Amino acid sequence: MERTGIAAAPGIAIGRAMVKKEENMEIVRRSLEPNQVSLEVERFKDCVQQAILELAELKEITEKKVGEEEAKIFEAQQLFLQDPEFVGAIENMIEAEHINAEAATQSVRDQFLAIFESMENEYMRERAADLRDVSQRILRHLLGITQNETAVVDGPQILVVHDLTPSDTAKLDLSITRGFATDIGGRTSHSAIMARTMGIPAVVGLSNVTEEVSDGDMIIVDGSTGKIHIRPEPSVLQEYEDKLRDFQLRQETLAKLIHQSTITLDGRHVELAANIGNPSDAEAAISHGAEAIGLFRTEFLYMGRKDFPSEDEQFESYKSVLETMGNKPVIIRTLDIGGDKELPYLNLPEELNPFLGYRAIRLCLDQIDLFKTQLRALLRASAYGNLRIMYPMIATFAELRKANQILNEVKQELMNQNISCNHKVQVGIMIEVPAAALVADQLAKHVDFFSIGTNDLIQYTMAADRMNPKVSYLYDPFNPSLLRLIQMVITAAHREGKWVGMCGEMAGEELAIPILLGLGLDEFSMGSGSILQARHLIKQLDSRKMAKVAEHVLSLSTGQEIKDYIQQEVMK
Amino acid sequence: MLTKTITIKNPSGLHARPATTFVQKASAYPCNVNLIKGSKKINGKSIMGLMTLAAKQGDELILEVDGPEEEIALDELTKVLEAEHL
Repeated sequence: MERTGIAAAPGIAIGRAMVKKEENMEIVRRSLEPNQVSLEVERFKDCVQQAILELAELKEITEKKVGEEEAKIFEAQQLFLQDPEFVGAIENMIEAEHINAEAATQSVRDQFLAIFESMENEYMRERAADLRDVSQRILRHLLGITQNETAVVDGPQILVVHDLTPSDTAKLDLSITRGFATDIGGRTSHSAIMARTMGIPAVVGLSNVTEEVSDGDMIIVDGSTGKIHIRPEPSVLQEYEDKLRDFQLRQETLAKLIHQSTITLDGRHVELAANIGNPSDAEAAISHGAEAIGLFRTEFLYMGRKDFPSEDEQFESYKSVLETMGNKPVIIRTLDIGGDKELPYLNLPEELNPFLGYRAIRLCLDQIDLFKTQLRALLRASAYGNLRIMYPMIATFAELRKANQILNEVKQELMNQNISCNHKVQVGIMIEVPAAALVADQLAKHVDFFSIGTNDLIQYTMAADRMNPKVSYLYDPFNPSLLRLIQMVITAAHREGKWVGMCGEMAGEELAIPILLGLGLDEFSMGSGSILQARHLIKQLDSRKMAKVAEHVLSLSTGQEIKDYIQQEVMK
Repeated sequence: MLTKTITIKNPSGLHARPATTFVQKASAYPCNVNLIKGSKKINGKSIMGLMTLAAKQGDELILEVDGPEEEIALDELTKVLEAEHL
């Protein structure tokens, strides 16, 4: 039986299921005799004390097993259990209404949950999960439920749970737990983030997997595709066992490259960076060997909400990525909204050709307040790491000049207000409009770097909608016209002493990397998962030889010829 | 009873880490500690209280302390609230 959920952490895990159903705690409201009340309060206090001790223990375990940052969650949970408004309210309720501690705990918890969940702030919603976790812990003690933590199956296990709470995660026995599958959760839920941090394959959001699986069932978790196989056929099992072995061999080879720099056979260093869309992705980028963040898309801050994010909210996000990356460079792209990414609260009229319309820098230069708020947040964050700012969709020098003017105004404002920022922060542009590529020599004089955005550059150069399958034959990064544009851009930048990166999908393509290296690309930015593979490849290439390969490639007349040539000459 | 009006300077406001620090410090004093924002008054020793207060940078709060060691509590807690970074 095959089920598809959300791919939360990559890799394959095969093992026997350990099913942990959501603890079904029946809470019955009981009335107490007046003389029982003080005893009940004492019983409640005892349980809270035990829970606090347990949390201290979990904190210690997590510090050792996962990390100090992850362990802090239990410190916060301890504060909940010492909170007079929470614990005190439960005690008061027991005393005032003469009811049992379980019912009082549940009732006070629900009141706070209602407040937390009504707040439109991700931080508060996460705290709601902590409150639930903590309350469960007290209730378990009150009800005398001992958690069944001993393994019921031997050998490698796949944990199947409704949801993985922070407490569950801390208790995972990594020597036997190979992966997990959950009923609920998304890519950014606590369980998914922890799985990626610990490197355990996981599929989440399978809706009712805890109902479909029994203890001891054979399960395959494919955390890369988001599929799980329950009680698989022997042939499927064999297929995955082979995949797992290949995967492990490959991982072992690649894992050795995590902390190495990316140096070609002839000693040229290029930078391998990660594209991320969320501050929480930064840690995964580092663990996948990223030397930098080559593209941090800021759209997530603006999407899925009713109003613009405040300067402070943006500042916190940018700062957190910069701090996670330490002194490694982080390119943050200013808002790239419009086109296929709409914001309902911007109230933009529908356009006939959104990709050729009012979007990205065009919109920001028109709605200057919106742009300034983001630039202020960026500059304030620049004090906390190695920030580089990048404007998307620049087509003309006039646009670049105006954007830089606004940036300078914002810098001046901050200076007048005595707010610290890095005044020498690098500023670059994305090259994704052919017009910009054609005047790259002029633009290069006014930027610190270029980053070639191939996804849009291909579409605009070929006049082919990347969503339209009928013209997908045109949407090919190996088109000679595109390679020539890339060459122009790199040459123009290098002539001015500026560096050039690429943050489109092409930068991570095995067949494209040798050509790009030969053309002189300085930075390759891609999805974190592709970095080690790219490093593995680049370390085996000689950049001088690749320069000759690239020269020959530029004389070929079709994309297919180019790919065949690379396949034969380089990848053999 | 002593009171003091304070403007929040921390860019992340008074949740997350600053709130934790405040509650830990406030809990160490024997006096009562309250925070008032507009018409809302919460117990300064309660992490839930601070969270539901949702004070942001620029918000004005009244810090109210009442009981033993109130002077020193007022001074120390003012420092936490006015700190720009914690």
